[in-house]
Amino acid sequence: MIALLIRDLRLAMRAGGGFGLGLAFFLIVVTLVPFGVGPQSELLARIAAGILWLGALLACLLSLDRILALDWEDGSLDLLATAPLPMEAIVSIKALAHWLTTGLPLVLFAPVFGLLMNLPEAGYKPLVLSLLLGTPALSVIGTFGAALTVGLKRGGLLLSLLVLPLYVPTLIFGAEMARRGVEGLDITTPLLMLAGITCGTIALLPFASAAVLKVNLR
Amino acid sequence: MVLNISDLTIARGGIKVLEGVSFDLAPGGAIVLRGPNGIGKTTLLRTIAGLQPPHSGRVDADPDSLVYAGHSDGLKATLTVEENLVFWAQVFGKTDISQAIESFQMARLINRPAGMLSAGQKRRLGLARLLVTGRPVWILDEPTVSLDGDAVAMFASAVRAHLARGGAALIATHIDLGLPEAEVLEVGPFRARAAELDDFDEAFL
Repeated sequence: MIALLIRDLRLAMRAGGGFGLGLAFFLIVVTLVPFGVGPQSELLARIAAGILWLGALLACLLSLDRILALDWEDGSLDLLATAPLPMEAIVSIKALAHWLTTGLPLVLFAPVFGLLMNLPEAGYKPLVLSLLLGTPALSVIGTFGAALTVGLKRGGLLLSLLVLPLYVPTLIFGAEMARRGVEGLDITTPLLMLAGITCGTIALLPFASAAVLKVNLR
Repeated sequence: MVLNISDLTIARGGIKVLEGVSFDLAPGGAIVLRGPNGIGKTTLLRTIAGLQPPHSGRVDADPDSLVYAGHSDGLKATLTVEENLVFWAQVFGKTDISQAIESFQMARLINRPAGMLSAGQKRRLGLARLLVTGRPVWILDEPTVSLDGDAVAMFASAVRAHLARGGAALIATHIDLGLPEAEVLEVGPFRARAAELDDFDEAFL
């Protein structure tokens, strides 16, 4: 399992691996929004938390179709399926590798992007915390979507359509937590809800992903 | 017996392609599957490898004894030959790749990214993967595609060495591998007679 994780991380770093792609996309989104909104720093501060969450979500979406499709194309997925690794472990490792290469950099760079969005000072800690808690769910749900669409030509668009509605709860509570942080309110409730959603998806979805992947490999 | 197939019926897209397939594979034995395109050789091998469930009948084998190699080699273009082999060795809980490198004469190419290899070299690397897994039963689908004459001989001697160690191999191929000891199984006679759709939903899966 460690070997698979190391391989996926190594592949992400090599040419065409797509490491940093999500981060660059996130940067572009948060740079474009102030242009669209206009020079109103007050308005920007008010919408900062929501935009940052939306940007992170879209950046995460960008690289989802690579999680399993590349392995399917070159036949590795067939070989992994017949290897002594349970399918649940394979999809969990894939999701973890996706989070480490996409979700974690977004979390780490969120404060810098918060600066671009004129995020009030009180909002930084809740924002980073909400992203840290929420992005693993985005990767796990995304892996489920990738397992559903693996093998489909041009499956990327369908994947987005399938996955985005499933992202709604994470987005609601993540953005709510960041917003409450900005306004100096208590963040416990959305924090617990967000953590609960993430724990639930990590616990249950790998089984669903493994099941659909087995059907798709037939 | 390391592999025992009894009265196996397999289906592709809900349509039966082969039925009543039965054979045994003993340690040290090799079976070459032959048959026209589309008869269901690949489907048969995928069913035996456990990638899809049989329509009916039984495949008796220890799932931890099989290793499957399909049409694609499962190589990562940006990883080197060595990294590719070490990865597969680790997945199968092994560490030694020297024998595989030697058998398929990959020593000169070891630091080259797999994407830079020729089609034949890629195939050799894909076949070298079989050796690093340490598994006794090889299930091979068209293993000699894009190999030149020398490489086919290399492959045949690797199979022979594997059989001598008590391994077994099930190979679907169209060419003469130079393995006279291998038993030939024509799958043509097992073609499913009435190719009807028995599960409407299955056709869309």
